[in-house]
Amino acid sequence: MESAVHLRTVDISFAVSGKQPFRAVAGADLRVAKGEFVAIVGPTGSGKSTLLNAAAGLLRPSAGVVEIEGRPLEGLNRSAGYLFQADALMPWKTSRDNVAISLEISGTPRRQALARAEEWLERVGLRGFGDRYPHMLSGGQRKRVAMAQVLIRDPAILLMDEPFGPLDAQTRLIMGDLLLDLWQQDRKAVMFVTHDLEEAISLSDRVVILSTGPDARIIGDFPIPLPRPRDVSEIKLEPEFQNLHRDIWHLLKDQVLKAYAHSTAEKA
Amino acid sequence: MPRPVLLMLQILVAVFAIAFWWVLTRTSLFGDPSRIQFFFSTPMDVLNRIIAWFSSGQIWYHLWITLIEAALAFVIGTVAALILGFWLARRPRLAAVFDPYIKAANALPRVVLAPIFTLWFGLGIWSKVALGFTLVFFIVFFNVYQGVKEVNRTVLQNARMLGMSERQLLRHVYLPSALSWVFSSLHISIGFAVVGAVVGEYLGASAGLGYLIAQAEGMFDIAGVFAGMFVLSAFVLIIDWLVTLAERRLLIWQPDSDHHH
Repeated sequence: MESAVHLRTVDISFAVSGKQPFRAVAGADLRVAKGEFVAIVGPTGSGKSTLLNAAAGLLRPSAGVVEIEGRPLEGLNRSAGYLFQADALMPWKTSRDNVAISLEISGTPRRQALARAEEWLERVGLRGFGDRYPHMLSGGQRKRVAMAQVLIRDPAILLMDEPFGPLDAQTRLIMGDLLLDLWQQDRKAVMFVTHDLEEAISLSDRVVILSTGPDARIIGDFPIPLPRPRDVSEIKLEPEFQNLHRDIWHLLKDQVLKAYAHSTAEKA
Repeated sequence: MPRPVLLMLQILVAVFAIAFWWVLTRTSLFGDPSRIQFFFSTPMDVLNRIIAWFSSGQIWYHLWITLIEAALAFVIGTVAALILGFWLARRPRLAAVFDPYIKAANALPRVVLAPIFTLWFGLGIWSKVALGFTLVFFIVFFNVYQGVKEVNRTVLQNARMLGMSERQLLRHVYLPSALSWVFSSLHISIGFAVVGAVVGEYLGASAGLGYLIAQAEGMFDIAGVFAGMFVLSAFVLIIDWLVTLAERRLLIWQPDSDHHH
């Protein structure tokens, strides 16, 4: 199958003043096929977001090539929509304007953009919330607006950086269901970064495990053959889910412990 | 505190102050009243003077002049500061070069500039506008500079990922962010615009509230001085109230604007 994103043995380093450059990710090779939902899991500080930012074009790899739909990426990735972990909506725009601006940027007339924004707000379950400013919405509602803002452009690739990280457990499940629901309709290629293994398994077609950084590497790649459509809150009870979870956790646990030991040693 | 109670207490402060003033200047409790009146006038004389000014209508002209000067200083100062603040905030190296000069210019007491401005722009309104400008400009400039520098990184990256060009970023991200800082300093910058106008008039003019006060002082007309100060205070209070109204509309998207309702 044709690939949407292909990271070819990518290194990503950061300059540190007066010191050796810090190499966050080393020799990462990752292919995401069109229509494939890939979750990237790793302990904190494993360079998951770094990898995602390389695919977005926000970071330049120090070695290797990022290919988007078969072509090497120059500058920002224009075929990708990016859902950030932190609040990324423009606080001075209403939720309707925040969604409509995505279309207005590329020249859609305002009236048309607003009508489409209204449709999208409805699709993410926020009918009647168009006039609210972001600070008048709950964290989950803001994420819904952010999803509408990204998806209304209909990007071929969806990059998600722990998008549901700041939400409470119940809201995360509901948002997971909403995401799968929307994804099911047109199956974009998805790179979903998370540190929550359960979330990764319940959403994705493949789970990729990163080792503890620096020099984080891809150390595991597990297909998730669970049937779709899935119910994110129910799927955890399936025996097959639990088997997969056990296998992957076995590998991930060592890395998590290593990362924890590393962070406590640093503090001491 | 409930609003009516607060209002009552606020009025009470004025009542006490005026009562004390009256006792000071109308009774012999603190010494010879006629001597004290020379320094402090009396509440009734000041009130009569204010009434005379308004009933003859001559005060309106002076208020109008001060208002025009302050408004021009505010508008020109804000626009100039917006343009320069944006320009420098996006060019860190240039900003670093100019940094000491901007700080030095801002540290200069503006009163020393007043005679120069009178020399350059004459006794009319423009020398006062220039003085107000030097006050407003720096307040707005530093706020714009800060606002552009401290644009939320995630909001900026998100806007970039949505496909915004540099121009669109300027319009939809940098400008609103900078304006929110400008609006939050609106009270201060408008206040300084008035200060610039009045101080300029005080030091040399042919009209305006500052001129009125300076004239009265020149003739040891203490009632006139006090009347001028009270009118000036009321003028500033009304402007401040209008700014608060404008602020509520403009900053509706900010979290704390909720509490003002």
